[in-house]
Amino acid sequence: MKVIYSDVLVIGGGLAGLRVAIGARRRGFDPLVLSLVPPKRSHSVAAQGGMQASLGNVIKGEGDNEDVHFEDTVRGSDWGADQAVVRMFVNTAPKAVRELAAWGVPWSRVRRGDREVIINGQKVTLTEKDDAHGLIAQRDFGGTKKWRTCYASDGTGHAMLFAMGDQAIAEGIPVLERTEALSLIHDGRRCHGAVVRDLITGELAACVARATVIATGGAGRLYRVTTNAVINEGIGHALALETGVAALGNMEAVQFHPTGIFPAGILVTEGCRGDGGLLRDAEGHRFMPDYEPEKKELASRDVVSRRMEEHIRKGHGVQSRFGEHLWLDITLLGRAHIERNLREVKDICRYFLGIDPADKWIPVRPAQHYTMGGVRTDHTGQNPSLAGLFAAGESACWDMHGFNRLGGNSVAETVVAGMIVGEFVADYCEGAELEVSTKLVQEFVDRERAYLASLCNGGKEDASALRIRMQDIMTSKVGIFRDGGDLASAVDELAELYRRSRGIGVGSHAPGANPELVTAYRTQKMLRLALTVACGAKTRTESRGAHFRMDFPQRNDQEWLKRTLATWPDPSADFPTLSYEPLDIMKMELPPGWRGYGARNQIDHPDTAVREQQVKDVRERLAAEGRFAIQEALMPYEHLLPEAIRGRNERLGEKLP
Amino acid sequence: MTGQPSPRRLRVHILRYNPAEPDKQARIQTYEVDEADGMTLFILLTELREKQDPSLQFDFVCRAGVCGSCGMVVNGRPGLACRTLTAELPADITLAPLPTFELIGDLSVNTGKWMREMSERLETWVHQRQQEVDLRRHEEKMDPDLADEVYELDRCIECGCCVAACGTAHMRTGFVGAVGLNKVARFSLDPRDERSDADMYELVGNDDGVFGCMSLLACNDLCPKELPLQTQIAYLRRRMAKQGAG
Repeated sequence: MKVIYSDVLVIGGGLAGLRVAIGARRRGFDPLVLSLVPPKRSHSVAAQGGMQASLGNVIKGEGDNEDVHFEDTVRGSDWGADQAVVRMFVNTAPKAVRELAAWGVPWSRVRRGDREVIINGQKVTLTEKDDAHGLIAQRDFGGTKKWRTCYASDGTGHAMLFAMGDQAIAEGIPVLERTEALSLIHDGRRCHGAVVRDLITGELAACVARATVIATGGAGRLYRVTTNAVINEGIGHALALETGVAALGNMEAVQFHPTGIFPAGILVTEGCRGDGGLLRDAEGHRFMPDYEPEKKELASRDVVSRRMEEHIRKGHGVQSRFGEHLWLDITLLGRAHIERNLREVKDICRYFLGIDPADKWIPVRPAQHYTMGGVRTDHTGQNPSLAGLFAAGESACWDMHGFNRLGGNSVAETVVAGMIVGEFVADYCEGAELEVSTKLVQEFVDRERAYLASLCNGGKEDASALRIRMQDIMTSKVGIFRDGGDLASAVDELAELYRRSRGIGVGSHAPGANPELVTAYRTQKMLRLALTVACGAKTRTESRGAHFRMDFPQRNDQEWLKRTLATWPDPSADFPTLSYEPLDIMKMELPPGWRGYGARNQIDHPDTAVREQQVKDVRERLAAEGRFAIQEALMPYEHLLPEAIRGRNERLGEKLP
Repeated sequence: MTGQPSPRRLRVHILRYNPAEPDKQARIQTYEVDEADGMTLFILLTELREKQDPSLQFDFVCRAGVCGSCGMVVNGRPGLACRTLTAELPADITLAPLPTFELIGDLSVNTGKWMREMSERLETWVHQRQQEVDLRRHEEKMDPDLADEVYELDRCIECGCCVAACGTAHMRTGFVGAVGLNKVARFSLDPRDERSDADMYELVGNDDGVFGCMSLLACNDLCPKELPLQTQIAYLRRRMAKQGAG
């Protein structure tokens, strides 16, 4: 048995995983990163539009700060987020941008003086301040009160991931490229690493570590139409679920991005609308102001996606041989702007649609985009049931996004979580020696070896066919509009596919990577996860954020202001076990209310009015003492942050002493 | 009622070889597929693997032309398979793995290992004497035009097409390729990197570096991101020659 030892095993080489590894290294520990692909090819690279951080350097960001970013994020989450975690995040995001600036990210910068922009379809002249010249610029994104999204043209994820990847190389962090984790090694109380498979040679090994971090990104490939990369199959989520001990949180919270190009589902950035692009229907009519007079195209993603589908259902979609779509119009931004700030969009339109978006409208329709749910952790990133198991980024639910993530908060979360969780992982390692029996490790390796052998043992089920059917069910029945009947039939059908997956057989016995075997062993994991999403959605009889039930259209704080937890304790069971974790309104800095966009018809929790009054009293009592004192009185959080990254953030209007 | 015109029947010839089975000869295997509207080589190869041959090896990740995983030789030219539309190709399509990289199997090559070695050798990160930055304070200012220029060179996706197409890389296994030279140009341009021309000369002032380039410039013609490689290599060579002459 080959055993590879490290202090911190990081599963996933995207932005979150790499930043955790760098954090652990800087505290003197030996990290080892596992990555399905070379780290710079991770899905983080595909983030286009930018990263939210309340620097407030541009004139339309004036007055921005952590408080505004906090409120936007909580409203965006439809009050599903853990508000203390959101506070930790918004205070660290400016530091994360500045760290990346020092590491070489070519952030787009503010230019002093006048510039012409498009706001609400109109040309407007903005005058940028002299003292902002050369600082990092921000653009507008959906669901935000201020221009807050820092960017490097529209290749932000690429620029961030390359700087991070090179920084990891500079720190000498080893990466096992093309290596996949098959299962977590654990004793029911503590996680000791993972059984891994080399995707070049097919060999199995055990990676044993003091701490194990899941940073594997999202699970978009559960759906047929998704903006996600083909590697985003949710395997990291499934690894945690298959321990039977660790829980996944809010897996039914799935985001659909308004502008996937039609029909391929490839993303074009929210920056298109942030920079002034409009959505139009078959008649060329700009329809979003009819539905969302306040925020129009720039309401949160869940709201815009629903309005688009609603408009198509009313018969205003553009007919095409692949089905119906709508238009994204960025022609009004002008060629110069597109070629400087939206060049990836231009490339995508040119190569995949054969059009020039400076001249022609882009065919779009909402596509699966983001997995809000993930491995449940506390604010340190550690799973509460399995010591030594951490998660960070999209694969985690610590829980920053609740039921809807704001655009620009995803790459921001990856690096912020990496900074925070990296410190806590190091803290954990300081008090946790490697304590694992080789017998246990051998048992886990043997179990995986036996499973792979069983797949090559004449089973008749075709993994690809099961997977395609699963993706179709998820897209058609567990999508943007959900109802009890569809969800019940989705759960039944997925359960049937899951049962059939026990009979998956692989025809090819070729040595080496064997892609057929890879598809086979991932498919059952994906089916478990799909069932977890569908069961969570079926049980949650309310609408919140991206989870919209046509049969229960109200947000119901009275009964459903709680987080779904799913475990799979019995491997022979056909369904996950669901339980619920309430959110305490009496501890919230921002009690539940209307989001400022979308429907205005929630069922209030009795605590809401009580807490609102308390918050109002505190604000009045401390009005003279400023925002920091008020915040501290409402919901203290700074003690939750690692000491190394505490502290206020400097802004043009807010100097540090 | 007019029916749809019948789709083209594509004949896809793929170079097959699995290094884990050294006894089996490398061979060209031909598959036939009906072309679909908007079909890319990503869609085509995925369909082949799902429906005809699950053993076929290839690499796709983003399938949107931004991650650089799917470089392969398409009818003799290195390019990104994911954004190559079959409509732009003849009905006979020949696919081969990128040369100069270690073969993993069929169309899959180990560009990741090559790129990591190149990054370690050229130290493709910002070198600053002062290590600790106070993250609570304003970032260093940078001229907006200069930031755009750095971004332009930062757009490289390390797909390896420039290396596969490079005459020198075929002859000298240690050659850093246009990808490496572009990185040196990128970090030289970046004011945050404090390395001097003399430092860069240590890295690329030789035949495995900028003086190995024979100016055939297929890199410039084939770069999927249309990076200005010709200009950057010429500019770097002039500066390095000057540096070498002392």
